[in-house]
Amino acid sequence: MLEAINETLHSEMARDERIVVLGEDVGRNGGVFRATEGLIEKFGESRVVDTPISEAAIAGSAVGLAMAGLVPVAEIQFLGFSYQAMHQIAGQIARLRYRTQSRFESQITIRAPFGGGVRTPELHSDSLEAQFANIPGLKIVLPSTASDAKGLLTSAIRDPDPVLFLEPLRGYRGIRDLVPDEEHIVPLGKANLIKKGDDVVIISWSYQVELSRRVAESLEGEGISAAVLDLRSIVPLDIEAISQIVSHCGRAVVVQEAPETGGFASEIIATINDECFWSLEAPVARVSGFDVPYPVGMLESLYVPDEARIRSAVLKTMENG
Amino acid sequence: MAKPNDKQLQMILEDMVIARTQAGRLWNLQRQGQVGTIAPIDGHEAAVVGAVHALEPESDWVLPQYREPLGLRRYGPEVLDTFMLYNLGHPAGGHIPDPVKVAPSQISLGASIPHAVGLAWGMSLKNESGVVLVFFGDGASSEGDFYEAGNLAGVLKAPVILFCINNQWAISTPTHLQTAADSFASKAEAFGIPGVTVDGNDPSAVYEAVFNARKRALNGKGPTLIEATVYRLGAHTTADDPTRYVPSDELSAAQEKDPVHAFIKDLTDRDLWSDTKQKEIETVALEIMDDAFEKAKNTPLSANSLMDHCFVSDTSRQLRQRSFLMESMGKSNE
Repeated sequence: MLEAINETLHSEMARDERIVVLGEDVGRNGGVFRATEGLIEKFGESRVVDTPISEAAIAGSAVGLAMAGLVPVAEIQFLGFSYQAMHQIAGQIARLRYRTQSRFESQITIRAPFGGGVRTPELHSDSLEAQFANIPGLKIVLPSTASDAKGLLTSAIRDPDPVLFLEPLRGYRGIRDLVPDEEHIVPLGKANLIKKGDDVVIISWSYQVELSRRVAESLEGEGISAAVLDLRSIVPLDIEAISQIVSHCGRAVVVQEAPETGGFASEIIATINDECFWSLEAPVARVSGFDVPYPVGMLESLYVPDEARIRSAVLKTMENG
Repeated sequence: MAKPNDKQLQMILEDMVIARTQAGRLWNLQRQGQVGTIAPIDGHEAAVVGAVHALEPESDWVLPQYREPLGLRRYGPEVLDTFMLYNLGHPAGGHIPDPVKVAPSQISLGASIPHAVGLAWGMSLKNESGVVLVFFGDGASSEGDFYEAGNLAGVLKAPVILFCINNQWAISTPTHLQTAADSFASKAEAFGIPGVTVDGNDPSAVYEAVFNARKRALNGKGPTLIEATVYRLGAHTTADDPTRYVPSDELSAAQEKDPVHAFIKDLTDRDLWSDTKQKEIETVALEIMDDAFEKAKNTPLSANSLMDHCFVSDTSRQLRQRSFLMESMGKSNE
C-alpha cells in the first residue's frame, strides 16, 4: 500500500504543478515510512517542504497556501499528533468554504497514518476518525487496499474540499494487492462490496476490512454466507450501499478499531435504523476497541479487534432473532 | 517614501475619523438591538489605519482579527458592506468579494497567523509580488499558533508582517499577566526575525514601521514582527463592562493620548485639517455606514443558506437534511 501512495504522490505532483507536499520529514528523509520517497529529488525543495515540528502550523499554513491558489498535500506524521492541529483542522480548514461563502476553499489533503497493531508507543496508534466525522466540512477517506489507496488518494487530492486521508499503519506493508499502472480514480463516497453474501454483512473501513474479509471467507466453510462492505470513506457516507446490503442480508456487524463509545460504528447503526430497520432479523452488533486510551504494547493485542472477536460477533448475530 | 507625505497624512486621518465615527454609530445600533456583538475599534485607529496605508491593496493581503474592519477603508467599500452583513449575522458577511485582498474577521485568536504565513509563502512560490499583514492582539500572542507560525515564517523567510496590537488588555487580563517578556516585539528573537515596537497612537510611526517591514519582505528578507502599543479606550465588546477591571485613572491618562484627537490636533496645527473638514468627514462616515447598513438589511436571505457552501456539492445526507429543512419551512409557512 505504501508504494501505491508514493506512486500516486509522484504522478499527481507531475500532473498538477500547484501541488505542494509539506510535513515533518517528508523531504530529505522521504517520510518516516517512505511514503514521500523521491519527491524532493524529483520536484525540488520548494514543492516538497520539511517543516518544523508544528502540526498546527502545517495545517494552518495549508489554509494560506490554498488561499494563494496552491494545492497543499500535508502529512501529519501520526494521526494521534493531529490533536495539536485540531483547532486548525476543525476550526479553520473544515469551515473555510462555509464561513467565506466559497470566497476561499480548502483544496487540502491531509494524509496521516493511524491505527494500532505495530507496537508504537501511546498516541501513535489512536483511531480518531469519528471525532473528525463530527466536524462538518471535512471528508474522511480510509482505504483498505493498495489499489484503493491509489484511486482514493487521487480523488482526494483533486477534490476541491478538504480531505483527511487516513492510512492504516498496519497496512503500509501488510496489505499487498495489484495496483493499476495507469491513472486510477475511485470516487469518494462509494462503498465497495468486497465480498458478496446473503446471511450477514460485516461493515468496516481501513485495516479492519482485511480482518473482516478473512473472517467472512472462513465462515463460508461453515455454511454462513457473509458479505463484507468496505465503506472506503465515512464522509461522504454511502448510505445507499449500506441500506442495500443490510436489507438483503437482514443481519449486520459493524467493526471499528476505535473505542466503542461515540465511535463511527454507532453512526452506522443509527443509519441502519433510519434506512432499513424493518428488514433486520437481529440486532446489529458492533466490534470495537475498549473505552480506554490506546494501551501500551503488551496490552495491544487485547485491545485491537481481531478475527476471533469479529467471528464471535458474527456467530452471535446469526444465533439471534 | 518611508514617511507619509501631507496628502497621505490627510487620507490617514480621514480614515481614522471615519472609523471612530462609524464605531460610535455601530455601538448605538448594537444597543438598539439592530446588530450582534461588536468589538469597538476605539483606541486602535492609528495603528490599523496607519498600517494599511503603508500597504498596496492591489498586491498585499490583510488578515484581520476582529477589531479592525472599520479601519480598512483603504481596501475599498466592500469591506464595510461585508462587515455590516457580518454584524447582522448574514452568511454573506463572510464573503468579501474578489479581488479585495481582505479576509473576513477571525474569531479564533491567533488562528490567522499560520494562514498569513502560508499565504505569503504561497505567493512567493508563485512569484507574486506582495506581502501579507496579519493583525492580532497582545492576548493572541500567547496562543500556540503565534509561536508555531512565527517560527515557520522565520524558517521560510515568508513575506509576512506579524502585526501585534498591544492594547494592554485581553478582555480583563493585563499584559503583565499575559507575558513575562519585556515586550511582545521581543518574541521575534526566538523566530530569528526583527521585532519592532512602535507607538501605535502615532500613525506616521506605524506607517513607517510597516513600510520598512514591507520593503524588507519584498526584498526577500522575510518577516517582521511589529508591536504597536495602544490603549483600548472602549470595552472589549458590547458584552463587556470594563469598569469592573480598568483603573479609571489609567483610562483617563490614556484618553489624554487618544490617537484620533491627537492626530486631529497635529494636522490642524499644520493647516492640514480643520473643523469644517472634520464635520464634513463625520457626515460622510455616517452616510456611508447608513447606506451599507441599508444594503445589508435588504440583502435577501434564503433558508438554503443554512446548508450552502459546506462542500462544493451536498453529500447525500446533506441533501436529505436540506429537503427536511425545506419541508419544515413549508409547514411553518402554512
